[in-house]
Amino acid sequence: MNVTIVDYQSGNISSVINSFTEVAKGKVYLEVTSDIKKIKSSDKIVLPGQGSFKSCIDSLNSISGLVDTLKEFAIINKKPLLGICVGLQMFADIGYEEAETKGLGWISGKVSKIDNQKGKFKLPHIGWNEIEIQKESKIFKEIKNKSHMYFVHSYEFIPEDKSVISATTNYSSNIVCSIERDNLFGTQFHPEKSDKIGLKVIDNFLKL
Amino acid sequence: MLKNRIIPCLDVKNGRVVKGINFVELKDAGDPVEQAKIYSDGGADEICFLDITASNENRETIVDIVRKTAKECFVPLTVGGGVRSIQNITDLLLAGADKVSINTAAVKNVDFVKEASKKFGSQCIVVAIDAKQVSENKWEVFTHGGRNKTGIDAVDFAKKVEENGAGEILLTSMDKDGTKSGYDVDLLKTITNSTNIPVIASGGVGTLDHLYDGIVKGGASAVLAASIFHYGEYKIKDAKEYLNSKNVSVRL
Repeated sequence: MNVTIVDYQSGNISSVINSFTEVAKGKVYLEVTSDIKKIKSSDKIVLPGQGSFKSCIDSLNSISGLVDTLKEFAIINKKPLLGICVGLQMFADIGYEEAETKGLGWISGKVSKIDNQKGKFKLPHIGWNEIEIQKESKIFKEIKNKSHMYFVHSYEFIPEDKSVISATTNYSSNIVCSIERDNLFGTQFHPEKSDKIGLKVIDNFLKL
Repeated sequence: MLKNRIIPCLDVKNGRVVKGINFVELKDAGDPVEQAKIYSDGGADEICFLDITASNENRETIVDIVRKTAKECFVPLTVGGGVRSIQNITDLLLAGADKVSINTAAVKNVDFVKEASKKFGSQCIVVAIDAKQVSENKWEVFTHGGRNKTGIDAVDFAKKVEENGAGEILLTSMDKDGTKSGYDVDLLKTITNSTNIPVIASGGVGTLDHLYDGIVKGGASAVLAASIFHYGEYKIKDAKEYLNSKNVSVRL
């Protein structure tokens, strides 16, 4: 199996590479690239994302043909794609970080700043928080409800169709922390930084 | 509910751990990679490396350590000490660090914090503030490990780095550091009340109760400690169980 981690200069993806390498050991061929041909021929795609919504979208758009290729892969051909953090947020129609920015539009919804209740909650939401599983998800196989995952973000994805939500986490309100629709997966938390339990999420994705 | 984090910090000099864990099972007590792994396996919520190498020529050493550690530890890794340029940050992040902590360079030029957070995202920019009390309810920022007085008010500076995109503040009391008499709770309280980003408490931990004070009385989102873990007095697990028993939520 070929799995591609999309490297579109979206900031620091070393940890994503390290954790996938650890889990993939000897089982999966891992490629880190933005090469369109390689992406097209892979079996699964990981779309990381760090920095702002706008900077990630701008980076994706700066690579000719990348957005269309990803759409063809995940939406038209329905092959497995996992978005992490801003990688998940970009599925939305629109994001408001830095400036109003058009997203990939794969899942209707918006990405807006977490309501910190006038400073009652510190932002970014940094650290370990419990996930509340909302529906059965293939990437949560053998993962217990209320497991701890590592988060770092100030913005949240609010999808229109709540049935895509596979888990939420509580910080100021119930924040969407993972989604699943067909073969499209996304986590707001960082499985690559969530210790053994995070590696299990990665393992589940690689085993799909 | 968001958990309070416990972060062991390892001081690294020329590639070796200074004041390392004194466990018998250690093959090489000076190996930062092995020590980080012990902490991570023991339930540390994050790992912090502080590079105290004096010379600039040895920067490659810490980058190499980060590279090795990041392949074995899958919890967030913060690296501080001598981070002065965008290139320094790039090198550390590419090696696998998740966050960098900027100290003197932020004091010298706060625009550096802005530039760094814009380039890499606030999530990976921690500003380390070393503060010393100068009068009642007044603290000043010091640099160079507490040797150089800057004349800058710690509260003003904390607000300023927040405005400039810092994602977290690592706050060390220079009065308390190394004393094992507990965090400077007043300093912590003052800074956590005047900023909206998470603050990591540092400097002075001698008992598990001090960790409790940092979180509950000081309002810190995370507590950093070095010696109580290094010398094997307490394991990370002890600290977590203690805090949990006192109704402080931690990741168990």
